[in-house]
Formats: sequence, C-alpha cells, structure tokens
Amino acid sequence: MSDYRIQGATGEWEVVIGLEVHAQVTSNAKLFSGSATAFGAEPNSQVSLIDAAMPGMLPVPNMECIRQAVRTGIAIGAQINKWSRFDRKNYFYADLPQGYQISQLYHPIVGEGEIEITLDEKNPETSKKVIGVERIHVEQDAGKLMHDQHPTMSYVDLNRSGVALMEIVSRPDMRSPAEAGAYLSKLRSILRYVGSCDGNMDQGSMRADVNVSVRRPGDEFGTRTETKNVNSVRFVMAVVESEAKRQVALIEDGGKVVQETRLYDPDRNETRSMRSKEDAHDYRYFPDPDLLPLVLDDAFVEEARASLPELPDAKRARYEGALGLTAYAAGVLTAEVDTARWFEALLAATATAQNKPEGEVAKQASNWLLSEFFGALNKLGKDLASSPITPEGAGQLLALVGNGTISGSIAKQVLEKMLETGDDAATIVEREGLKQTSDTGAIEAAVATIMANNADKVEQYKAGKEALFGFFVGQTMKAMAGKANPQIVNELVKKALA
Amino acid sequence: MTNLTDLTLTGIRDGVAGGDFTATEVAGAFNAAVAEAQEALNAFIVTTPEAALAAAAKVDADRAAGKPLGKLAGVPIGMKDLFATKGVQTTAASKILEGFKPEYESTVSQKLWDAGAGLLGKLNLDQFAMGSSNESSAYGKVTSPWRRPNDTSALAPGGSSGGSSAAVAARIVPAATGTDTGGSIRQPAAFTGISGIKPTYGRCSRWGIVAFASSLDQAGPMAHTVQDCAVMLEAMAGFDAKDATSLDLPVPNWEAALSGDLKGKKVGIPREYRLEGLNAEVAKSWDDGIAWLKDAGAEVVDISLPHSKYALATYYIIAPAEASSNLARYDGVRYGLRDLPDGANLQEMYAATRAAGFGDEVKRRILIGTYVLSAGFYDAYYTQAQKVRTLIARDFEEAFKQVDVILAPTAPTSAFALGEKTNPLDMYLGDVFSVPASLAGLPAMSVPAGLDSQGLPLGLQIIGRPFDEQGVLNAGLAIEQRAGFSAKPTKWW
Repeated sequence: MSDYRIQGATGEWEVVIGLEVHAQVTSNAKLFSGSATAFGAEPNSQVSLIDAAMPGMLPVPNMECIRQAVRTGIAIGAQINKWSRFDRKNYFYADLPQGYQISQLYHPIVGEGEIEITLDEKNPETSKKVIGVERIHVEQDAGKLMHDQHPTMSYVDLNRSGVALMEIVSRPDMRSPAEAGAYLSKLRSILRYVGSCDGNMDQGSMRADVNVSVRRPGDEFGTRTETKNVNSVRFVMAVVESEAKRQVALIEDGGKVVQETRLYDPDRNETRSMRSKEDAHDYRYFPDPDLLPLVLDDAFVEEARASLPELPDAKRARYEGALGLTAYAAGVLTAEVDTARWFEALLAATATAQNKPEGEVAKQASNWLLSEFFGALNKLGKDLASSPITPEGAGQLLALVGNGTISGSIAKQVLEKMLETGDDAATIVEREGLKQTSDTGAIEAAVATIMANNADKVEQYKAGKEALFGFFVGQTMKAMAGKANPQIVNELVKKALA
Repeated sequence: MTNLTDLTLTGIRDGVAGGDFTATEVAGAFNAAVAEAQEALNAFIVTTPEAALAAAAKVDADRAAGKPLGKLAGVPIGMKDLFATKGVQTTAASKILEGFKPEYESTVSQKLWDAGAGLLGKLNLDQFAMGSSNESSAYGKVTSPWRRPNDTSALAPGGSSGGSSAAVAARIVPAATGTDTGGSIRQPAAFTGISGIKPTYGRCSRWGIVAFASSLDQAGPMAHTVQDCAVMLEAMAGFDAKDATSLDLPVPNWEAALSGDLKGKKVGIPREYRLEGLNAEVAKSWDDGIAWLKDAGAEVVDISLPHSKYALATYYIIAPAEASSNLARYDGVRYGLRDLPDGANLQEMYAATRAAGFGDEVKRRILIGTYVLSAGFYDAYYTQAQKVRTLIARDFEEAFKQVDVILAPTAPTSAFALGEKTNPLDMYLGDVFSVPASLAGLPAMSVPAGLDSQGLPLGLQIIGRPFDEQGVLNAGLAIEQRAGFSAKPTKWW
C-alpha cells in the first residue's frame, strides 16, 4: 500500500518496520513491590527492599498494573489471556538488582490485537491502514546508572527499578517512516485515552525499539536490526530512514546486514552498532518460581472493559456523525485525549450558554477552537493544558457571538483581552463597549454618509463593478467601530445601492 | 530442680506458664549450654544471649502482669541462619553475606517472636542450604553431638539444617527452625535422633528466608517430640500476603488434635523405595515402623510411586536452575561482599566477588543451573524435569486415593563421618527418599525410630496429603509412642 521507496544505486528498496514499545504503566506503585513511582524524585528515594533485591524478598503482583494492561489490550481489540505467567530473564547488570527481570516471554497477558492508523488527516478515508499488534506483556523496568557523579565510578539509582512496563509488540506491518510515526502517535493516543500510560516520551515513560529491514518490493523479509530506546516520534521516523538507507548502501556495496542491536545518535542522525547477535546474552528464561500463574476471572476482565472511556476511533466517528464535523476537524480534535476533553467541555458550555443542543453549536465550537483559539494560544507559547481560559469561559464568549451580542471580529478582540487580563468575556464586552449594535437608524446614517462621500464608487458599482459591495460594507463597519451587526449592514448597504 | 536443658519445648512452655521456673532461668540455662558447646560443635554462626534473655524477661513480665502468654512463651530457640533477623547478622553460611545485618525480620521468625519465643542465636547450615552434611558452610563444619561407641571420629549432623539438628540433639536448644528444599529438615533430624516436619509447600511464608530453590523451599520446626513440632509449626505457619505462593488457609490447632490412634487409617508402603541394595538396618527399621503403625490400628497397603526413580535427577535439575537465578543478586553492588580488584570493570567485579564469596558446592549448583537453563539445553533438561515433576506429583495423588499417609525411610543410611563423602554425587544420592515429597510439595516429617548397630539414630519418614499435616503428625506420634526412642548423645564436649 505504501509507495515509500529507498532509491538505491541498483533500484528501489522497500523498508519493513516493526516496533516494540515500552510503556510505563500508570500506577501509584511498582509491579511487584509497594514502592511509589513518581517521576523526578531524589535518587533511591522510591526503593523498597524488594526493588533492591535484598535476600529473601519476594515479588507480589500489583493487580492495578495488571488491570491497566488488560484495559490496554481491550482498547486495541486484543485477546485477553486469562491465564498468563511470569518468566525470569536472567542477566547481570548494575541497574538490575535481582540479576533477572521479571517479564512474560512464554505466556503474555494480551494476545493479538490491532491499531488503525491514518496517514493523511485531510484524506482519512483513503489513507487508513491497520497495523497488527502481536502481543502485550507486562514486565519490570530496570534502574538507571549515572555516569556523571564521580570521575571513575558509576552511581545506581533504583527509583525506576521494578516499575511496571507494558511491552507492546507490533507485527512487521509498517512500510515507511510516516507509517511508523503514525502508529506510534496513535498508540500513544490510545494509551492516554485509556489512562494506562502517560505517553511522555521525553520523560522516558514511553520508548520504542525500532526493528528495520529492507528488501526488494515483494521479496522475502531481509535481515533486521533493532535500534533500542528511541524516545520520540520524530526520532523513530529518523531511525527508520537512516537505518534503511544504511542497509541499502551496505547491501549494494556487496555487504550483508547482520542481526544486531543498534543505538540512535540524534546529534549525528545515525545509528551505530551496540552488540551483534554473536555476543547477545543467553537470557535463560524460565518461569518465575516465586509467582503463581496469573489467572484472571471473567469479572475482572469485564470490569476492565466497562471502565474504558470512549476511544479515539469511536469518538472520531461520533464527531463526524452526530456532531457533523468535518473528517479533518474530527481527526484533529480526537487525536489527543486532552484536546477532546477540552473540546467536549467547550461544547457543553457553549450549548448551555445558548440553550441549544450540542449538535447545533458543534461546528461553531470546533471552528473557533481550531482556527482562533489554537492560534492565539500558540502566539503566547501556551497549550490547552496551560491555557488561562477555561472551556466554560470560552463557551460564554461563543455564546455572545451566537446570540448576536458581538460579532465574530469583535470576538477576536475579546479573546485577546481575555488572554491578557484573565477577565471573562461579558465583563470585557461591557467595559470596552463592544456590544454589537442592531440600531438600524445609526447604521442607515453611516451608510448614507459613506455613499455621499464615495459617489464615484457608487457610480462604478451601478455600472457593474459589483466587487465594490465589500468596500461599502467594510467602510460602514469601520464607521461603526466594528460593532454593527454585519447582517443588518449587508441589508442596508444593499438597499442603499439598489 | 529439673535440668532445664533436658526439657522439651512443651515442657518449657508449660513450666513457664505454671510458674515452675521463669523464662529467664530457661534462657540462662540454654545460653550457658550454647556457650559451652560452641567450640566443639560449631552449631552457631552467631549467638545472641542478650536477645534470648530480653525475650524471656518480657514473658516473665507479661506473666507477672497476668497478660495472656503466646504459644511459645518462654521457649528460647535457635534460628537457622537462612532466616533474616533484623539487626542480627544473616549469612546463609556464605562469605558473600558476611556482616550482612538485615533491616527486616522474616515472617516466620517474627511470628515466633510474637508467640513468645526468644533467639539464642543463628544456626550454622550448609552454604545457601546446599548440602546434606553441613560441610559446605563458610563458617566451618558442624559436628554432630553423636559419636559411634568408642570412636571419636566426627560425624555429620546432616544438612542443610545441620546446626539446627546438632543443637537440638545436644540439648543446647529445645527447638530450632529448619528449612527443607529436598530433605534439609528431615535428613538432619533422622541423623541426630530428633523430629522435624516440612509442612505443605506454602504453609510457612518464604518472605525473609534467603532463597535457594523457590518452588521447593519450605520452613519447618525441628524439636525433640512430635508434639513440640506441632506446637512450633502452629506458630510458624499462616498466610502471608507478602509471599505470592503462600497458602491462604487457616492454621489448624494441630496440637489439640494430636492422636496416635490410627484406627481406620491406611498407610501406604511404596514398593519403589525398596531399592536394590537398601541398607539392611534401614530396611529393618522400616519394617519396625510398619509394625508400629499396624499396632496403632492402621491398615498397611502396598502402593506404587512409579516415577520415584526419576525424582533425584529431576530435583538436581530444578533446584540448581532456580538457585542459579536466585543467587544472581549476590553481585557485590548493594550489600555483602564486594571484591573490586584494582582497575576492575563491572564484569570483573562480579567475577571476583562471586569467586571469592561463594563456596564450591554453591558454585557447582550455579553452574549446573545455568547449564540446564541455557539455550539449546532448556527443553532437554528443565522442561523435561518439569514434566517429570508433574508425573511424580501425580503418582502421589493416585496413591493418596488409596491411603492416608505413606511410610518410608528418611535417608538411606545413618549419619556418616565428616569428610567421608568426597564425591558430590554420593552426597546427592543420600536425598533419594526425601526429594519426591519436596517435588510434590507434600507435608513430610521424620521421627526417630531407633539406633542402628553403630549406635546411631535412624529416622522414619511420613508423607501426607497436601494440607494434611495433622495426618502426618498423628502417624509420627504413633511411631514415637511405640519406638520408645530415648537415646541421647553422650556429652563429650
């Protein structure tokens, strides 16, 4: 479906991409210990005896983490495995106190699911693609080494040790950097809707291992490399591109891609080898004997299902259908749960203030949000989360437009003043005397003056230069300091020119 | 006045409760006995006379104040040095944990203190509970208080709970905790003429016990009598939310329901345990046991446990596999020994620390375990062993459809001399009768059955259904009542 190709010296190459995403589970406590999980706490302040792997300590599953994984699985339409099991992945490293990571190799909690991506928001119907998800399993995160604290020693921070991760493994279904980017964005959006991961890639709570291989279009899969711990959507796309190009150049030079783990260097926009398959660890996976198999009952799964909010695809369909928004607007408003929440609050406030059903004011709210408000916030370097205006405050502003108190252009001024002063719309309109006038006498007088002062243009209009209509309207509005009701101005100008 | 150190656990409990003597007097007597025997027996790694006296003082004060007393009020005990004890060095008899003082108390030891017991000290053991003779301790071998007549050679107290068995047998503690992974309570109990029970897997919390093989490790009591074991097990057992494999079942009052009357009960005799070349004295002792249980009213039934012959091999794959992973945490990074040669990197620090910290037997098992879990060998060893383990458990399930308990020898011989077994395989073969119950997670106990021709104790093992510690204890009691075992080691230290 994708026509993305790498142009090599010997012809075209197709790139094949699979992502393994590690998403930190939103939970107050770690996967197998009671420790807290806040980001940015003092080193080693969120470490229990279990996280530090003291002798005789035992893991006990935190069912809230399990529940979040199940909710995530249901959200991507995946099979929930009511019988799953934890395995130990054994290796030595200073950030891994137990000497093994508790993970789920053989029997993951979530099986096959899928995620639909949209590659072009302007043409959603023709640019959709379904990416398969092979599995989701839960596992422990490792701690963190700090190399900048001492000239010859490394320090270990175990705050992250034992924090629950979901590893979400895609099928090798993506064929371009754009698809990889769209998949990761969509996955992050779903996780945020579900509330199972905050999706903050810059804080490391979501990171991707990017598997890339190249092949002649339609051939068998080539040998893949895995680039570890890529921490932004942009970098994932960059990794795909640079790694695919590297592989093509390598093959065309007569070389062979070796299965290996690589690291991405964003400063140089290239990947480099970390370790090859030959020196890969033998992880000696085996079932963790400290834990019984994880058995979920129907009630647990049903509760998880019932607790899910409306998810982005369903919400988008509703915005297009019931609310009558354009596909583009529906796409943009539902892409991030925070935007959708803000929009829905705005919609409710707007409808209430005007005493109208939401369907009737949805377009007004959507247009204003997308074209006016985002721009205004952007100028201030703010976003919805840091907006000084609440959805309720914005709803009142839109109601003033809706009921004819102010015009759309005055509304822009009012918005600026709201952002400046923090005052509400009605107060500003009152104080600044911005109320729209529908006083036909005053408007008629203004129109008459304009006609008189521009007799030449009246002549030209009557001679057929109809484009001048806008000029008279504009002049009238100007004379009325923007406060005249535009519809009445239109009517009266038309009448005067007739 | 009675010689306090000759008393049983229940004798002390009743005497303290009845005011025949104070808990402080008892603790003092045992503290003195411990000190006197330490050099000769080396049963303890550390002694804690103050802790024993402090616990005793509290019991005496509680009694004086008329407060209710715990199940073990006034009983000082020895604690196998595999249980984490807050502020008291906990080593698993390994150099790698030398000087390690936990900030926490194991669930089982805490329950014992809550029941009114006091700590005499931390008992020696095979390093990380790996061994059957207590020779693998980094803190020196334990010498059994038993000797052959007119022979001063030092004998093994069994293992891995060898400090526990030696101390109880020498009457320097009235009771001790043990742990049993493949027989580490039962075999040392048999070697030293005492009783010990490994309860159903999950009865006692593993939280705070240094792990050897998680799916097999179980704590249990070692004491002079079946009743003592019942009382102490009641104090040790119980559900613990901190151990995901803990059994969420109420703890029965085993002591109250003790009865040596086995009328209506069936006892199985597994024919596969009649090994070719079975020691004649062990065979005779087994026959004695059969006769005693018949005398107690039980019907004796011949049963088959067809996969028994694979139990030892299965055990020596699963236990080292788990151990190789469980012991990975001893890496020199956070606690315990760190050997950091000049200029060493992380990998070199691991190698140096673990080479210096672990003993030979521990290293051997880590190597075996690492090997059987390795890619390419995993299915042939580990997966296969798990399948056989299931079959062994099924053998027992089938057998327990016909019988209530199973009677077998505890060990294939009486105690051997320290240094006598130099080939690790010979040592492993000594676990042949004890590992099947471990693999199946079943309650099993050893009770003294008599002395062999060398004057050394022999034990008989009773294996029960899951959760049926009562059935095991009752059959044990029936044997105890008929064996009339009253032999004690002659004090030579």
